[in-house]
Amino acid sequence: MQADPRALRFAAVVTTIVLALVLVTGSAWLLAAQAVVFALSIFGVSPYGMVFKGIVKSPPRELEDAAPPRFAQGVGLAFALVGLVGYVTQITPLALGATAAALFAAFLNAAFGFCLGCEMFLIIRRLLPAAR
Amino acid sequence: MVLVTLVAATLAGVVLRRRSGVPREVRGDVERLTSGDLEADLGERATLVQFSSAFCQPCRATRRVLAEVTEMVPGVAHVEIDAESRLDLVRSLNILRTPTVLVLDASGHVVKRASGQPRKVDVIGALGLAVGE
Repeated sequence: MQADPRALRFAAVVTTIVLALVLVTGSAWLLAAQAVVFALSIFGVSPYGMVFKGIVKSPPRELEDAAPPRFAQGVGLAFALVGLVGYVTQITPLALGATAAALFAAFLNAAFGFCLGCEMFLIIRRLLPAAR
Repeated sequence: MVLVTLVAATLAGVVLRRRSGVPREVRGDVERLTSGDLEADLGERATLVQFSSAFCQPCRATRRVLAEVTEMVPGVAHVEIDAESRLDLVRSLNILRTPTVLVLDASGHVVKRASGQPRKVDVIGALGLAVGE
């Protein structure tokens, strides 16, 4: 599977804005919505990506492998879920910490094109020797 | 909270961008890799060892850069290793990111190391050191 890198970057920008709004408003519902977006994106049906495709009709100059960003969306989902648990149970440090971590990664991707979630793969694999 | 996170991410991004792919001297004990470790032959003069993984965006571009350099400089081999299938090496060399590129001299000593996608000129520079020019 190949993906349009511009659509991925656009999705990262929208994700950054949504997560920043979650922190400002403290809305668990908004975070839940973002978690659904993360979950859909793992399966290659990124709602933000579809918005991008609706606006931009020109073909991308080059495509890139879709597997790394999809994996990163999974990492994003994990953080969003932890954040949701924090909001629901009103453990504020957990809610803010997890959401801020997801925002950190989304912003790095949006502003620098650096996929922090992708980098987690090897680190997780190193920590889980038994999974081999 | 938002502001602090974005400032921290910006700092991290700037540092990453500056360090990414820049070959660095290997500090401490110089490691030596054999063709047995690599499961491939060492280059006659030098070897470029690339650690890649399945979820790595810059690995493909890095492969291209190293292949071009290998074609340009005689006696240099390019060995790509799937990090996931060689976690023993990944741990012993303390590799945290993919791609990580190791520049080995003729006898397999790790002369330089770069994490992130390296630029072609930097790889050629590091090779110059490895072949002793």
